[in-house]
Amino acid sequence: MTSLLQAAARFTTPFLPDDYLTLVNPLWSTRELRGRIEAVVAETADAATIVVKPGRSWTGHRAGQYVRVGVDLDGVRHWRTYSLTSPAHRTDGRFTFTVKAIPDGLVSTHLVRSAAAGDLLHLEPAQGDFVLPDPLPRKALFLTAGSGVTPVMGMLRSHRLADVVHVHGAPTRDAVVFGADLRARRSPAYVLHERHDDDHGMFTLDQLEDVCPDWRDRDVWVCGPGPLMDAAEVHWADAGLTDRLLLERFRPRLLAEPGEGGEVVFTRSATTVDAPGSTALLDAGEAAGVLMPSGCRMGICHGCVVPLLAGRVRDLRTGEVHGDEGDLIQTCISAAAGPVELDL
Amino acid sequence: MSKTTHLNDAQVAEIGRELDAIRDEVLAQRGASDAAYIRKVIKAQRILETGGRAALFASLFPPAWLAGTTMLSFSKILENMEIGHNVLHGQWDWMRDPEIHSTTWEWDNATPAKDWKNSHNNLHHTWTNVIGKDRDVGYGVIRMAEDEPWKIHHLAQLPMTFLLSALFQYGIAIYDAEVELVWRKEKPVASAVDHLRGVWKKVRPQVARDYLYWPLLTGPNVVTTFAANATANFARNVWSHTVIFCGHFPDGVSQFTEEQIEGETRGDWYLRQLLGSANLEGGDFFHLMTGNLSFQIEHHLFPDLPSNRYKEIAPRVRALCEQYDLPYTTGPLGKQYATVLRRIARLSLPTPVREAVTEMAGDVQAA
Repeated sequence: MTSLLQAAARFTTPFLPDDYLTLVNPLWSTRELRGRIEAVVAETADAATIVVKPGRSWTGHRAGQYVRVGVDLDGVRHWRTYSLTSPAHRTDGRFTFTVKAIPDGLVSTHLVRSAAAGDLLHLEPAQGDFVLPDPLPRKALFLTAGSGVTPVMGMLRSHRLADVVHVHGAPTRDAVVFGADLRARRSPAYVLHERHDDDHGMFTLDQLEDVCPDWRDRDVWVCGPGPLMDAAEVHWADAGLTDRLLLERFRPRLLAEPGEGGEVVFTRSATTVDAPGSTALLDAGEAAGVLMPSGCRMGICHGCVVPLLAGRVRDLRTGEVHGDEGDLIQTCISAAAGPVELDL
Repeated sequence: MSKTTHLNDAQVAEIGRELDAIRDEVLAQRGASDAAYIRKVIKAQRILETGGRAALFASLFPPAWLAGTTMLSFSKILENMEIGHNVLHGQWDWMRDPEIHSTTWEWDNATPAKDWKNSHNNLHHTWTNVIGKDRDVGYGVIRMAEDEPWKIHHLAQLPMTFLLSALFQYGIAIYDAEVELVWRKEKPVASAVDHLRGVWKKVRPQVARDYLYWPLLTGPNVVTTFAANATANFARNVWSHTVIFCGHFPDGVSQFTEEQIEGETRGDWYLRQLLGSANLEGGDFFHLMTGNLSFQIEHHLFPDLPSNRYKEIAPRVRALCEQYDLPYTTGPLGKQYATVLRRIARLSLPTPVREAVTEMAGDVQAA
């Protein structure tokens, strides 16, 4: 197949056979992974599950992983990361990811409210370490809140676990994404504690002892808003059990106080922007039309790294100012600290 | 006081502000319909290309040859002019689509995209019509201004123009190597050779595609397909040469000296682009086939705005010119090209000789 395409490229140069094949079916692209939406299923008033038929180069996923999804909105491509929620081995080759529309969230709102069957999505292969080990844990604790339930839903659908306690927080009963599915799974092997903020008040970790007295004996997966994750880190560290804890963050934890920004030069793109100290270099570059490599957008995957040619950058999570010539900078969590030149 | 017009500094600054406002307005509106436009053009071009190549499998049959050659010619023109040239200007970078982006695009042209972005986007668009700075003024072989010193080879510059027209893409690629600077010993031979090696690397697969692989693939039609591909390449060369020469060299377009642009402000720069460019009149299809270079003035004012937007802003630019009593050069292709050829013919003679000849002709008439 590859040699056939190479031969065909002699006839299409400087273009690729791909450029013609994708006219027939966009999913045939060998250069770029794409998928087509087959259905958008409402989960709650604000959340929906998107069923996707991926192109041939999709290699599947492990439960708990996420997928990067690119959507063209008003002509501009936006990339976001969503947890995969379908069983890892779905026989029809489709997968699903689940989105909660956040206020002012351009992409999430579009996917939940406007996306429709037939729409094209740009994809990247599934990524992420928030997965269950092999062999499966004997005793597990899932601690989730809000849309943090999504990777755990993928795990529950993919694996038969012997002993799980799942504590899940949401504003109300109706706002629980996958509420009906989770409740239907209740069994001696799957104990679900739903905590609705409106009825029980916000769940805090000092209540953990009451709902799960043996939490010290369990491997723990935590996914939810930043404060929950921060609290969990402290809680398990205090107990000396940090190695039992696995966290999945959807957003980098950012500093309240960014520093001064600076002029950023993307040398190969011949583009210069004035970037505030609070704006990630990735966002600054994208806004200026620079083709920025990107990944998780939260400082984890290193898909966005770019060589620094000059200047120094500030890590938006720690405030640390760093950078020497040639350093590979994670643009998604770095802001300019004075003038910066990037080899891009 | 502006060094190039009757306007004072405040007026020039005001024109600059007005043009910035037009630009900002387009930027604010740019969106899904523009993205759909460029994707539609790219799709149409690829369908034309496929259709043309397919028809040539029967190129021994004259109607098929004609259909195939026509489709291929239109495809090649669209690909270079409305798509390649504009994509390489970064007009579509804002979509963040890696497949339609100035940093990833490669076009079916002898000049590699990377070299083009330097010689064209950077040099020509910055130094538009500044004699001695803008190398596109005559491409180093054709004398386009009285201020340029006359050389003996300029006697042949009219036939030279037609030769350049027929081989335009190769002419440009070679001229990018700045061979005339090597000749004048202002540039090392090695760097020009390096450059030409890059051009060869770019040209070779394209030549092989059009003159070897496709003709052979059409079996018994090999000769006629070869001829069809040569015709399509020739048609594109002549067409793009004609449109491009009408952009900066017709009557009414100004040229500038380096002294005139010293200390140029943003407003002065806009003014020079206005005065140094000329539009072409025609219908929508004509504009499309020129890659919207029929809106050369608007393109030079805003080289990175999507080309489909030039048409709608053109009346406003023209109104601005009228308001400030500035020339807005435009005309139909035939008329504009005739004035270009006349200028080339006129400048093929050294200025004193020509004046003497004109004077003698006048005397004869008077007598």
